Amino acid sequence: MPEVEMLGMLLAGGKGSRLGVLTKNIAKPAVPFGAEYRLIDFPLSNCSNSGIDTVGVLTQYKPLVLNSYIGNGSSWDLDRRRGGVTVLPPYVKEGGGAWYKGTADAIYQNIEFIDLYNPEYVLVLSGDHIYKMDYSEMLDYHKNKNAEASIAVIEVPWEDTNRFGIMNTDDEHRIYEFQEKPDNAKNNLASMGIYIFNWQSLRKYLIADAAKADSDGDFGKNIIPEMIDDDLEIYAYTFKNYWKDVGTIESYWRAHMDLLGDNPELNIHDRNWIIYSVNPNRPPHYIAETAEVDHSLINKGSQIFGKVDNCVISYGARIGKNAVIENCVILPNARIGVGSHIKNAIICENVTIERNCEIGINGESDEFKVTVIGDNEVIKKGANIEIGKVVG
Amino acid sequence: MTPEDKKGGRQMSNVMGIINNALDETFLEKLTNHRSLASVPFGARYRLIDFPLSNMVNSGIKNVGLLLESKYRSLMDHIGPGKAWDLDRKRNGMFILPPAHIYQANRAYKGDLQNFASNIDYIKRSSQEYVIITSPNIVCNIDYRSAFQFHLENENDITIIYKELPVFRRDTTYTVLNTDDQDRVIDMRVNPAKNYYKKISLQRYIMKKELLLKIIDDCVSMGQWDFLKNGIIGNIDKLKVYGYPFKSYASVINSITGYYKSNLELLKPEVWQDLFLKHGSIFTKPKDEAPTEYKESSFARNILAANGCIIEGEVRNSILFRGVKVHPGAHIKNSIIMQKSEIGPNVYLENVILDKGVIITGDKELRGDTNYPLIIEKNSIV
Repeated sequence: MPEVEMLGMLLAGGKGSRLGVLTKNIAKPAVPFGAEYRLIDFPLSNCSNSGIDTVGVLTQYKPLVLNSYIGNGSSWDLDRRRGGVTVLPPYVKEGGGAWYKGTADAIYQNIEFIDLYNPEYVLVLSGDHIYKMDYSEMLDYHKNKNAEASIAVIEVPWEDTNRFGIMNTDDEHRIYEFQEKPDNAKNNLASMGIYIFNWQSLRKYLIADAAKADSDGDFGKNIIPEMIDDDLEIYAYTFKNYWKDVGTIESYWRAHMDLLGDNPELNIHDRNWIIYSVNPNRPPHYIAETAEVDHSLINKGSQIFGKVDNCVISYGARIGKNAVIENCVILPNARIGVGSHIKNAIICENVTIERNCEIGINGESDEFKVTVIGDNEVIKKGANIEIGKVVG
Repeated sequence: MTPEDKKGGRQMSNVMGIINNALDETFLEKLTNHRSLASVPFGARYRLIDFPLSNMVNSGIKNVGLLLESKYRSLMDHIGPGKAWDLDRKRNGMFILPPAHIYQANRAYKGDLQNFASNIDYIKRSSQEYVIITSPNIVCNIDYRSAFQFHLENENDITIIYKELPVFRRDTTYTVLNTDDQDRVIDMRVNPAKNYYKKISLQRYIMKKELLLKIIDDCVSMGQWDFLKNGIIGNIDKLKVYGYPFKSYASVINSITGYYKSNLELLKPEVWQDLFLKHGSIFTKPKDEAPTEYKESSFARNILAANGCIIEGEVRNSILFRGVKVHPGAHIKNSIIMQKSEIGPNVYLENVILDKGVIITGDKELRGDTNYPLIIEKNSIV
């Protein structure tokens, strides 16, 4: 028995450029989510709840906030005498150093780290998806199938198949073909970017791939197609619950709206599968006599004096008297001034909106658009920010 | 950088803290049937201990001892290794001081000086020269630095932090004191029948550790066992005892009504801000609850709520602790609902304190009085 049966490798180096101002100062996995969390809390909590106690977190783009957030991993109960969380930025080796070229290259550059624990299996995760998943069930599936690799997949609507990596499978769920964003998909099973590999087998493929100068060092583009060509036993593990890739501003906003509603698909209140986060340690939130709160999620440390409808409000936010906010995502410590009116917007960290502003109310747009105010911006009193505008 | 081992100095690292939880807690009746005073829940997400403990940590104290007497299971669970207060340290940190005297042949409990005496090794061994002794039943957010500087500059033997009340409240008990124009304490009484003074002790005492050791020894050797009455009040004429006024919000929990009203007082935004935002955070054990959810049918006005609640009914002027569920059609008014309690559909609650884990089944109506709330015991099903 190896000391660590399955080691988690969490890819957290991405910039997430389609999130625009949300990732101006921080890596995508550090983006706040759901009033209490950051995106990385979901995979890290899943690891903790699935009994995976050794996790490498691969960082690259703007890692400072992420590094200090992860700390020693104690927030996810991952501060272990051996193992626990290790943050893995690129580093200089004998032959020099290089940035992580792609997802597979990032793992390749940390072969020595994985070898320290000599696991039987390696679980590769992305740091930017919203879902609750028991990875130990996926491992059971992987073992039952006697697979070399297993890829978690989710059914997507047929019209969306051209946005995903699609897995074509036989009746036994064995993957015989991989199509990256196909126009005419044969299947609607999309890769969730969650892989389990037999470590010794993956290790060989990583080394072979690294030797190819023209390779992108990417799982989807290089390693998986290579494995399929070699006729390895690769199986699709179908995941049936809520999963959301918050790749764009609109999908980020929609994922928040998904949390509202009377029976949200993602239950964050489940005490048997807690989503852990670094506790910001704030006092209880206050709903004033003048406030009106409907259909909303409100986190600690916020003070509500105005009207809040269908919103997600993070810690430390303050909503002034007579302010009206509808369908908004309010990130930590944002201040909304008296009498301001905001609709369909994302208000980022430490933003100050002075009194009587109108945001996302005026202007015309053919399609639905989310208005965004970036970190630390100050919107002067009486300002008018039109629908779909991004400030910052 | 201040070297922690360096003896002496006017830094707060030269002060150790002792929280005296060996106090009578029977005045809280059902709320302290199964827990000690320090672990009584307060203010939607805290326990009373969080206030004195966070105040010490925020003031720069790095060594805190916690005197225990009885029913401290929930307190130990709450404190753990002191991590939430950053007191899980290799040097100094959090010290749990259990009642060693309960193993002695003569087991009748004499008083809190017994708890000091049976943990005297800890006090002696601590490297700090000064000590602040506090009680858990006073809720405030105080920075001890200026009081400590006053103690040093005025060369006091004992400094007692006090608050001058605007009006005297008759529904609770106080330790009152009188001072001269220079703030020297000239009289001090515990819950006197006639309420003499508007200055009430916040039960925070600053002194040299050597003096504390001497007080313990003097009292114990004379068969005196009450730290406050014998150790402090008994020395007012002999030592240089001064008061230090505290001007921000403070509330003394010495009765059920006092407990109830102090909780509801947090609904005033100025009190909320004074207590929680002014002098650093109040730390507590994190529970990783999701944010609180207000559903379509909810109606909330003037409430304080912790995380993890799901609110579908109407809540007014109330305090909701973590993980409370309020079903549709329920009405809650002027009440304190503790952790994980569940209020069934169409229930009416007014002036009620529900302890942890209480379930009120549908259509029930429970009312207390504004001046005497109805208390429902932990884990009851009504």
